[in-house]
Amino acid sequence: MKRQLLMLTAAVAFASSAVAVELKPAVVFDMGGKFDKSFNQGVYEGVERFKKETGIKYREFEVTNPSQREQAIRKMAQREANPVLAIGFAQATALEKVAKDFPETKFSIIDAVVSMPNVQSIVFKEHEGSFLVGMLAAMKSQTKAVGFVGGMDIPLIRRFNCGYAQGAKYAVSDVNVISNMTGSTPSAWNDPVKGGELARSQFDRGADVVFAAAGGTGVGVYQAAKDAGKYAIGVDSNQNHMHPGTMLTSMTKQVGVAAYNAFKGVKEGSWQAGVNVLGLAEGGVAWADDEHNKDLITADMKAAVEKAQADIISGKIVVHDYMSNNECPSL
Amino acid sequence: MSNKTLPTWIDVGVIPLINVCLAFLVSGFVILLIGESPLEAVQWMITGAFGYAEGIGYTLYYTTNFIFTGLAVAVAFHAGLFNIGGEGQAYIGGLGVGLMCMSLDSFMPWWALIPFAIAAGAAFGAAWAFIPAYLQAYRGSHVVITTIMFNFIASALMVYLLVNVLIEPGSMSPQSRVLADAAILPSMKDVFAVFGVNIANSPLNIALFLALICCVLVWLLLWHTRLGYSIRMIGFNEQAAVYSGINTRRTIVITMCISGALAAMVGINEVMGAQGRVLLDYVAGAGFTGIAVSLMGRNHPVGIIIASLLFGALYQGGAELSFEVPSITRDLVVVIQGLVILFCGALSLMIKPTIEKLFMKFFAAKERANV
Repeated sequence: MKRQLLMLTAAVAFASSAVAVELKPAVVFDMGGKFDKSFNQGVYEGVERFKKETGIKYREFEVTNPSQREQAIRKMAQREANPVLAIGFAQATALEKVAKDFPETKFSIIDAVVSMPNVQSIVFKEHEGSFLVGMLAAMKSQTKAVGFVGGMDIPLIRRFNCGYAQGAKYAVSDVNVISNMTGSTPSAWNDPVKGGELARSQFDRGADVVFAAAGGTGVGVYQAAKDAGKYAIGVDSNQNHMHPGTMLTSMTKQVGVAAYNAFKGVKEGSWQAGVNVLGLAEGGVAWADDEHNKDLITADMKAAVEKAQADIISGKIVVHDYMSNNECPSL
Repeated sequence: MSNKTLPTWIDVGVIPLINVCLAFLVSGFVILLIGESPLEAVQWMITGAFGYAEGIGYTLYYTTNFIFTGLAVAVAFHAGLFNIGGEGQAYIGGLGVGLMCMSLDSFMPWWALIPFAIAAGAAFGAAWAFIPAYLQAYRGSHVVITTIMFNFIASALMVYLLVNVLIEPGSMSPQSRVLADAAILPSMKDVFAVFGVNIANSPLNIALFLALICCVLVWLLLWHTRLGYSIRMIGFNEQAAVYSGINTRRTIVITMCISGALAAMVGINEVMGAQGRVLLDYVAGAGFTGIAVSLMGRNHPVGIIIASLLFGALYQGGAELSFEVPSITRDLVVVIQGLVILFCGALSLMIKPTIEKLFMKFFAAKERANV
């Protein structure tokens, strides 16, 4: 018995060392593509950083239609890639099928929850970060009207919108929140012209701060804000540097860090299956405060946001999650 | 047309083949420009599409979609109508299939459900094509403009429904619930398993047989029925059709509805088969590819099957290519697919005069020798 146990330990040690030697990470980007200037690109930057730091190359694939999701993830697993990182909620169903067939492979998915013993799910509390930038927007607004430009009209973006509206109303109770979605097809993630139009129409309706949660479309929104002398709020990555003086702040979502950690975790053996919810408390979402926007954020604003952040972390403020019941009380 | 100068086998066989070769030649240059070997690329594409069981499964699965949309374009084309709306008709058709399946899947297996699903899908697809058809026939709005606009309306409508109505409560992504297992079309893997043959898993399902049946039906319709005769007559010469007593307006509307219903069968392959639920953008450009398929297949069911197979191979081989060669991104794969469409569709008649001249020279020389 003892000998068996010893052999088992040796086998486990051998197996884990084998994994450590030939780590073959892989990432499956979603339809936006790895250069979408937003979500997928955040992941791309994270895995590139991993490659640069460790010298370990990774396999990648960008899907172009819904059936390729399962195909690509399965193929990565067949080629003994480990871990396999799936990007985006749309890959959840595909991953569920593949993870069942490859119980030895470690899978991570960002933005969705897949309950399997070999899957690590990383999700963000976008509503919490949006709440904070909503507060900043409302406090900055002279006109008591703030705008929101979403990308494609899907629940995830409505979650941003809902958190933003709640934050704005928390800071200034009678603020008017004007919301628009760019479109209903994936092209809405990359339509800066329409983004600019929506922003201008919101300015005409009185808004003077606009938050864009719209991927590449946001570029047009920020430009419109700059041209009109209004303020804009960036998303996902820290976009404050794009137009200093116009960019009030950015709602950052650390997808790159999450991707990096998924690879790194497997390399160092600290990877664990299960759900990883990254909110304000975990540093998964945040508002960007750097040298580009320090002149725009007054001490009062900063104090108020920091207090709200502490209250959200401690549970004193509960930000309603649109996706919990598909309703938003503040809109 | 100058069909008389060239025998059919050159017109429908040699010319498309040369066009495909030209497209690959230009693609080869592009691949060479980015520093990869074109030969290696072709090799990956071919092995990816036909080299192993799973690849063949995916190729044929794409082929199934393209046969449906190709037939849809072809039927309309025979009446001189350019139906660009296959994408939207397929999308809405899939909605019909999905709604029917979701309402009946708890007490019906797939074989009992499929007639209802086909009927519902066809009705939805036909209804979506009916409006542009009516506007074309009775109000003179051009069908190209209206059908392409209807693609956008379809897309917006589906997003609205999936985000607000059909979404599974608590789900992250905008998609309907998954159909009951018994209601989903058996995959080819299951079909082959009945005969004791084990093949690799792929989204290929028995909708392929439906596609082939549709090919036969379209052939019968166009060349062996009175309606088919009217359709083709309108396509050849609408005035003559009016003069000979054909109700052209009515025929145009019926043709477009048939076209929409055929496009909607993509929904059977996707919603009831491969995906097992309604989700965003499952048509993934099949409606537009159908135009190229139909042009290349010379609007004939047999040609459409062959062209669909080519495009299915391009889709699957392209995915394989960008998987295996990281520097060839999916955008470059789109370039290759675009070149094939360009040469086989838009420029399909470019080389015809040259071929004609060559043929005449050869033919005339032979003629003289015979004398």
